[in-house]
Amino acid sequence: MSNPELTPDEVKQADRNRRRKKLMAIAFVAPLLLFIFVTFVAPIGTMLYRSFYHPTVSELIPETLDQLDQWEEGSSDLPPDQALNTFAVELQALAKERLSGKLAEEINRALPGASSLIKSTARKMRRAETETLRTEGAQLLLDAHPKWKQLDVWRAMKSSGAVLKDDFYLTALDLERTPEGEVVQRDTQIYLQLYWKSLKIAFYITALTALIGFPLAWYLANAPSRVANTLMIFVLLPFWTSLLVRTTAWIALLQTNGVINSTLMSLFIINEPLEMLYTQFATVIAMTHILLPFMILPLYSVMKGIDPSYFRAALSLGAKPIPAFIRIYMPMTVPGLSAGALLVFIISIGYYITPALVGGTEGQMISNIIAFHMQSSNNWELAAALGSLLLLLITVLYWLYDRLVGISNLKLG
Amino acid sequence: MAQYPRYFTLWQKLGLTGVKLTAWLVLLFLILPILVIIPLSFNAEPYFTFTEGMLALNPEAYSLKWYREILADDKWLLAIQNSFYIGFMATIIATVLGTTAAIGLSNSQMPFQRMIMALLLSPMIVPLIITAAGMFFFYTQLDIAGSYIGVILAHAALGTPFVVITVNAALAGFDYSLIRASLGMGAKPVYTFFKVIMPLIRPGVISGALFAFVTSFDEVIVVLFLAGPEQRTIPRQMFSGLREEINPTILAVATLLVLISALLLLTMEYLRARGEKIRAGTN
Repeated sequence: MSNPELTPDEVKQADRNRRRKKLMAIAFVAPLLLFIFVTFVAPIGTMLYRSFYHPTVSELIPETLDQLDQWEEGSSDLPPDQALNTFAVELQALAKERLSGKLAEEINRALPGASSLIKSTARKMRRAETETLRTEGAQLLLDAHPKWKQLDVWRAMKSSGAVLKDDFYLTALDLERTPEGEVVQRDTQIYLQLYWKSLKIAFYITALTALIGFPLAWYLANAPSRVANTLMIFVLLPFWTSLLVRTTAWIALLQTNGVINSTLMSLFIINEPLEMLYTQFATVIAMTHILLPFMILPLYSVMKGIDPSYFRAALSLGAKPIPAFIRIYMPMTVPGLSAGALLVFIISIGYYITPALVGGTEGQMISNIIAFHMQSSNNWELAAALGSLLLLLITVLYWLYDRLVGISNLKLG
Repeated sequence: MAQYPRYFTLWQKLGLTGVKLTAWLVLLFLILPILVIIPLSFNAEPYFTFTEGMLALNPEAYSLKWYREILADDKWLLAIQNSFYIGFMATIIATVLGTTAAIGLSNSQMPFQRMIMALLLSPMIVPLIITAAGMFFFYTQLDIAGSYIGVILAHAALGTPFVVITVNAALAGFDYSLIRASLGMGAKPVYTFFKVIMPLIRPGVISGALFAFVTSFDEVIVVLFLAGPEQRTIPRQMFSGLREEINPTILAVATLLVLISALLLLTMEYLRARGEKIRAGTN
């Protein structure tokens, strides 16, 4: 923009100043940006990549897959003998290195039942002469098990060998691919149901925190400031206390012979201890306790800023207290309520520790199954696909939060 | 309850009393679970519940045995040492990087301000299980999984958003003409930073650092995926304790952690009061 009162030199000078300020700002932000890219963004990128990159099979039987490339999946003939010979040789090599089980596991994912076929054949191939396999491997293979004559087995082998694939997303969405290549729904729904359950649990927790957080926030915001500051400690101490301490506390409270059960029994309210730990109820109640401060703090700060004279004006103009509260006061708390609710929902949807410790099997959430596939079943690609879908969900919620609340308005403590 | 206005009807007074009662019940719900573990940690028996002797206030039903157990167990001692070491290192990295970035971001000339802010704060929002899984894949490739450096870098990344937020908030009331005045009077930029900017935003920096420390000190999932047995931290040790054999040693550790958080809370409140004073210009 040209300003008639400035000489060209002054304009140039101002531009230079602005550019210098801009470069300064970038120089200040750059180190952290770089750091976050290396330590955080790149790992997440790797996970996204892992969700469709799966080189295991192609590393186990590279030459067989090379030869199967020439073979049409739709053809009604078996792959050429040359390919079968190569496979026999590679299978023998795997059997000797004790890797045939790995191959069996991989192929079994594409074709259930293939595991025992590969394992039993591998045992037979192991005894054969490598030289014989090179020329007569195909025949030996077909003799070892009649299933090798089935086209499905070879199709499964070829499809498992693909390095980039969407199979894990199909599994994560409870879909599967028929041998003809069509995508259909699986008979049993596991993961969609789990996503649904996680959303439901997160919703319960959000609703509960709002329900019990609202009266407390209102009380704190309207109490004399000395009282409010003292009582605030009750909200902030849990907020600052380790998550594991709070989860431990809930285990001590909810156990079969824990504090709640023994109190209720000594008061003769119940005769038998209630089974509360390792249920969905335990997950919801413990997480409500843990996340309640995230609801109370934004609500409190919004309520603190509401001028009480609006409510009094409504009353003096003849409104009844309850309608006045609902129509005048409540709408003014919406910014705090939506900030708290979104924050609690975002945090609870991806929660891992508390469900893992108090939830039992029915209180598990999507994070727990991701951890299970990472640690126990070693199906990292499926874990990555499930994680990517969760990440997508969180990104949408995060975007919404930024839109409605503004991420930089986030207040801590 | 005499403080209600006189024009309130009986029902309105009852309603308000009901709300207050609810508020107090919610306060109890917040604080009781935490207070309950403190006496339980002095249980002489290996249970997670009050014994009859404890309820009768029989001194023999109480003991310090679980606290002695912590001191006698090499695993717990290593975990305590690790937690402080990792937390301390991660806090330094997070505080230095976070503070400088917040200063840059508060500059009105910074391009893509909002987008960069959202990116820098995302480690706080992305579920830890996703972060942990991604870091496991990536850090294994870099060969720093199962090492102190891996865990420290991971925790530093998780702590930076808190520093950015608190320093950003401290800068909100910052008078930029002070920088111009300082530079105009011939001070070097570095001198200006430490003598003019720093004293004014110090409460924000310190509270950000405390948040970063607590984040690392409390973090389990990344440690679960990334740390080897050598890097076990207190929460990691508690996690496996709660999963495998539950014994009151965990309650004793939990009680100590509650003490630490109470101390942190007091420090934070003190800093907040100071920050308000500085912003009001009375200091």
